Amino acid sequence: MTWSATARGAHQPDNTAFTQQRLPAWQPLLSASIALPLFFCAGLAFIGLGLGLFYSSNGIKELEYDYTGNPGTGNCSACALADQDRAPPLRCSCAWYFSLPELFPGPVYLYYELTNFYQNNRRYSVSRDDTQLSGLPSALRHPANECAPYQRRASGLPIAPCGAIANSLFNDSFSLWHQRQPGGPYVEVPLDRTGIAWWTDCHVKFRNPPLVNGSLALAFHGTAPPPNWPRPVYELSPDPNNTGFINQDFVVWMRTAALPTFRKLYARIRQGNYSTGLPRGSYLVNITYNYPVRAFGGHKLIVFSNISWMGGKNPFLGIAYLVVGSLCILMGFVMLVVYIRYQDQNDEDEEEE
Amino acid sequence: MWRWVRQQLGFDPPHQSDTRTIYIANRFPQNGLYTPQKFIDNRIISSKYTVWNFVPKNLFEQFRRVANFYFLIIFLVQLMIDTPTSPITSGLPLFFVITVTAIKQGYEDWLRHNSDNEVNGAPVYVVRSGGLVKTRSKNIRVGDIVRIAKDEIFPADLVLLSSDRLDGSCHITTASLDGETNLKTHVAVPETAVLQTVASLDTLIAVIECQQPEADLYRFMGRMIITQQMEEIVRPLGPESLLLRGARLKNTKEIFGVAIYTGMETKMALNYKSKSQKRSAVEKSMNTFLIIYLIILISEAIISTILKYTWQAEEKWDEPWYNQKTEHQRNSSKILRFISDFLAFLVLYNFIIPISLYVTVEMQKFLGSFFIGWDLDLYHEESDQKAQVNTSDLNEELGQVEYVFTDKTGTLTENEMQFRECSINGIKYQEINGRLVSEGPTPDSPEGSLSYLNSLSHLNNLSHLTTSSFRTSPENETELIKEHDLFFKAVSLCHTVQISNVQTDGIGDGPWQSNFAPSQLEYYASSPDEKALVEAAARIGIVFIGNSEETMEIKILGKLERYKLLHILEFDSDRRRMSVIVQSPSGEKLLFAKGAESSILPKCIGGEIEKTRIHVDEFALKGLRTLCMAYKQLTSKEYEEIDRRLFEARTALQQREEKLADVFQFIEKDLMLLGATAVEDRLQDRVRETIEALRMAGIKVWVLTGDKHETAVSVSLSCGHFHRTMNILELINQKSDSECAEQLRQLARRIKEDHVIQHGLVVDGTSLSLALREHEKLFMEVCRNCSAVLCCRMAPLQKAKVIRLIKISPEKPITLAVGDGANDVSMIQEAHVGIGIMGKEGRQAARNSDYAIARFKFLSKLLFVHGHFYYIRIATLVQYFFYKNVCFITPQFLYQFYCLFSQQTLYDSVYLTLYNICFTSLPILIYSLLEQHIDPHVLQSKPTLYRDISKNRQLSIKTFLYWTILGFSHAFIFFFGSYFLIGKDMSLLGNGQMALETHFWTWINHLVTWGSIIFYFIFSLFYGGILWPFLGSQNMYFVFIQLLSSGSAWFAIILMVVMCLFLDIVKKIFDQQIHPTNTEKAQLTETNSGIKCLDSMCCFSEGETACASVGRMLERVVGRCSPTRVSRSWSASDPFYTNDRSILTLSTMDSSTC
Repeated sequence: MTWSATARGAHQPDNTAFTQQRLPAWQPLLSASIALPLFFCAGLAFIGLGLGLFYSSNGIKELEYDYTGNPGTGNCSACALADQDRAPPLRCSCAWYFSLPELFPGPVYLYYELTNFYQNNRRYSVSRDDTQLSGLPSALRHPANECAPYQRRASGLPIAPCGAIANSLFNDSFSLWHQRQPGGPYVEVPLDRTGIAWWTDCHVKFRNPPLVNGSLALAFHGTAPPPNWPRPVYELSPDPNNTGFINQDFVVWMRTAALPTFRKLYARIRQGNYSTGLPRGSYLVNITYNYPVRAFGGHKLIVFSNISWMGGKNPFLGIAYLVVGSLCILMGFVMLVVYIRYQDQNDEDEEEE
Repeated sequence: MWRWVRQQLGFDPPHQSDTRTIYIANRFPQNGLYTPQKFIDNRIISSKYTVWNFVPKNLFEQFRRVANFYFLIIFLVQLMIDTPTSPITSGLPLFFVITVTAIKQGYEDWLRHNSDNEVNGAPVYVVRSGGLVKTRSKNIRVGDIVRIAKDEIFPADLVLLSSDRLDGSCHITTASLDGETNLKTHVAVPETAVLQTVASLDTLIAVIECQQPEADLYRFMGRMIITQQMEEIVRPLGPESLLLRGARLKNTKEIFGVAIYTGMETKMALNYKSKSQKRSAVEKSMNTFLIIYLIILISEAIISTILKYTWQAEEKWDEPWYNQKTEHQRNSSKILRFISDFLAFLVLYNFIIPISLYVTVEMQKFLGSFFIGWDLDLYHEESDQKAQVNTSDLNEELGQVEYVFTDKTGTLTENEMQFRECSINGIKYQEINGRLVSEGPTPDSPEGSLSYLNSLSHLNNLSHLTTSSFRTSPENETELIKEHDLFFKAVSLCHTVQISNVQTDGIGDGPWQSNFAPSQLEYYASSPDEKALVEAAARIGIVFIGNSEETMEIKILGKLERYKLLHILEFDSDRRRMSVIVQSPSGEKLLFAKGAESSILPKCIGGEIEKTRIHVDEFALKGLRTLCMAYKQLTSKEYEEIDRRLFEARTALQQREEKLADVFQFIEKDLMLLGATAVEDRLQDRVRETIEALRMAGIKVWVLTGDKHETAVSVSLSCGHFHRTMNILELINQKSDSECAEQLRQLARRIKEDHVIQHGLVVDGTSLSLALREHEKLFMEVCRNCSAVLCCRMAPLQKAKVIRLIKISPEKPITLAVGDGANDVSMIQEAHVGIGIMGKEGRQAARNSDYAIARFKFLSKLLFVHGHFYYIRIATLVQYFFYKNVCFITPQFLYQFYCLFSQQTLYDSVYLTLYNICFTSLPILIYSLLEQHIDPHVLQSKPTLYRDISKNRQLSIKTFLYWTILGFSHAFIFFFGSYFLIGKDMSLLGNGQMALETHFWTWINHLVTWGSIIFYFIFSLFYGGILWPFLGSQNMYFVFIQLLSSGSAWFAIILMVVMCLFLDIVKKIFDQQIHPTNTEKAQLTETNSGIKCLDSMCCFSEGETACASVGRMLERVVGRCSPTRVSRSWSASDPFYTNDRSILTLSTMDSSTC
């Protein structure tokens, strides 16, 4: 064994797997014989998954109602008409009656959906001040320039919360009434308006400014509410844990949507008799109609839905899986044919050689 | 002298003058007749930057790159106008790229500074004010007298004044300059040689006039004007008195020299000036792609801008009640708004240009080139040399070679000369075991060499004496026939061989006085031919013992003879001969000439010219290198004239070379032919196989040699460059233009007539220059149709010219030049890729090359394995970069349709920033370093696979379009996939953007990919999970976590990735099945043969012994199956091969055994 040590020249490169490019490697090769079974297996797996997803998506119930109030679409038209040509607010109520033939399994979520509303417009989506919303007193009185033209009132008072997003806060409200027996009285179904925003948002990202003398109103002293708001931010809710910047409706609205058609969570139904869902019977949704959407051709919808392990209703995912799965199998067959035909040809070629 | 006056009077401005005037020891003349010339100091500056100019200069250099400049512009635009992304998103990657490059360059420069300081600060001894002063090297000024001791390196270009020897000679080696390790003798002019002490030097008043600095190491012209006793003595100065900076003093105790060129004006510094940058074909196509993407970018921005204004024409979209504009926005000018919108879109989409492409490519090349040096298969054990990479920029070009130009001597052959035969006075002799045996028809047909000895009594004695060496007493000597005597005297006198005098070193006496036996003599020669000849002469009995400047000593059968060396007419490649003029002990003045037969025979007027010519041709046919020897007796009158004319020419300052050539022409004529020598140069190992493989790979091989026609052809035949079955066309000895054209036309016709047979073309230098002058097109036409071309009798510059011609021919093929000698440097630098063979003829070729290897046979691994790999790697790397950015940015473009073209970004700016530099660059870098799509053994044994990547195929517009379309389609899948799959899902409503970001790049199955994805996930968790205090707005807060907690997001991601892969896989499989390329076929056979699994088994097994045994088994497996595979493919592509080999093996056997 000594010879190897002496025979080695001073400049001889190391004989290691790395320097000699001989690292162990797995070389996947897309030969037909490997790819074919792969395609069939993948196809079958996808079809199986697709069926599963499709059925679990189908198991999710959804109930929606367009209450925009375009002429002839129900009793919200009157409100819509009144709302035609001015910015809110004007108190106008309308109602949506519906009945459930069977139990709508819980937990049930109540959403509102807006269409043609471009929360993703850049001018709109930058028009906010996250430092202000995080409760920093200095930022409270000095809103960021991005908020313009909703940065300061004409009087010079800083707007809190500033910006176009906050100014355009969705302000329709809903209440749900249940008629247990036909002709019976409508009982209000409790809507849980908490827990609709992400925990991290309303506990970390959004904070109220420190109280002054134990009063939130004093903390906001010297600021003005956004022009479209009828009342200041600290009066958004009577619940002290759900008012000001950490009001959950507000927090939900502030998380801007990526697409012009979007749903936002309004409430959860999970209390009392309704924890298992909405029992069969007639229902009434009382809508306070404030929010003008017809000016930009938008629609407002109210949606009841429940969710499963995979999230909300999404039939498309299951269908997509099914399509891809069947494509895989189809391609597998095509390839099998090609493979057999060209295999013969190749063999012949080789024999010729 | 009057020229000098003219110059001083201002007729010639000093800077444009051709000479510089140096006053030794800066003793300027006392009269006011001079204006001091300004010379720079002796500081060597190889560094590019100083501390002060590093930042601006480096930034300037970097922003000269188009991509960097582009990003700078984008950055500035972002700073100036309101753009969707913050300036940080493009500023940070740019900063990163610039910093990485600057750090790399700064580090390299720091190393250079260090070595500069070391060199500049080295202590030297300078004679000043009558004493020896120790100072730093950088303080040497032109005109200083410097003392150098033994084994020291010269700190500047010096003119030798004196040494410790009386004759003023010294020995140096220039190994660090040109790699030649032989000792070279340099001499001082006799007037200064006697000034051996500091005190005596102090009295020297002399002026040196010499040319302005130039880079040629071997050219120096000047003269020294010494004032002695009010008398001016003029002495010529040539290269032999110039000691170059960087060379080392050997065998001499100390010397004194005067500095004439200092610092950056030394020949060494002038030679290190940067070579012209070579750019690879890949880099060129990269720039094309960049431009295409720039066009895509600009058109996307224009489309978006136009759509924005058509879309937002209505007020309800432009300014709905919930999204009012400020006064300022309403009132700004329309045109200005339009322009700023366009710029904003430009900024939004700018990431389509991959910013980190250059940096990644550079890293890949730099790191990847290590593998070449590390390769054991490119390591030559005998000489302990590994492959050497001088430029990493050309790795992938090795996979693109279409023409190989190779030198013959030292490249195809070993350059290890063995004296074989000689022809003396028309009789051929062979040397067998140190005896000279007649070869011609002998009348008494004896058996065995003993009877030869009888028939040739003088030689008999000679060889007898040689074999018995000096055991027999010197009285045994007999008279040699004059010609033989003269012949070997010529051999042992006419050369520039040096003798190592290691043993006598220290005694201080010349080597010639020592008394060691001839076997202990070690000769050092710049040319291996000379060494072989002198050694052969020593074996025969005429031993060259040594020389000083004035005398050469040879021992003839033990008797010492001292020849006075009068002149050496040095060898040069134009004359192709050298001569010495010596004075024999008896006082005769003799001229001995040695040179190529074409340069000696025409000059001869006596001797067996015809017979010798026949013998020379016979030698050449055997592939031997021949030299002719001739002599001439000079009368003292002739000698005086020669002496005078030589002196004149040598002291001439202007056109010295031309004048010298004239004088040489005058001297070397009317010679008497003595005979010819034949020296064998063995073929290198596996040259035939390598050339065969190159040809199978579709590479055209040209041999360019300075050797003569016959030798070149016979070597070509024996090395497989020419086949016996080839139709060999000749274009030689063309004298006139019209003749040459006629011949060319005839050749072209012959090629057309005969398609089946392969053609080989032989061209010689003179015909070539004629053909190139007028009939370039015709000549190229002929060459392209020949499968082998041999150019003989080529001058170095002609070699380069041939390559340039091929380079600029319409197909623009990629050329590669291989050579080992200084005469190949021009061709190595001209070719796209220059390969130096680290051979015996010095290191100059290796130094000037892009890659240096020890043997010609390594070329096949270098091209077929490394070249192939690097090409595939870099091609994928480049394509992937464009792909990933298209994939990344196109959703951004699509998104604009959903956000009213308001330039809303789809990705959070942090992801925009880090996408290129963190998330995606590492996997592809690792991939491009380690990817091996086929086993290296297969690549090497199947050279035809090389054709699959020729002509830059992987980067053709077609594949580029494929990748771009792939990128676009993946982008569509991701965008619309997430739009439909997740878009409606309320839990993800706010963060559709996140889902889009999921990895389109998962498809490369590599560990680092997973690492990067994991990094991406972890980063996202951290970034989204913590409220970073320094970031103003954080839209992504917790989005990622919310996303991952949703089941359907996972399903959607999986589905989209699979869909993307689906397209790609289906296409690949169909390609493979329907038109498989050879490479893919090889991949298939490779997996079938099961070698791969053995290989990986070997690597997985723990102990090295276990690995070795499996390796041996593997070798056996490979050994058993690969030859059949190889020979099969060979026989398929070249039906003549087997035929041909049998013939050739016979012929080589002939020459070696007979």
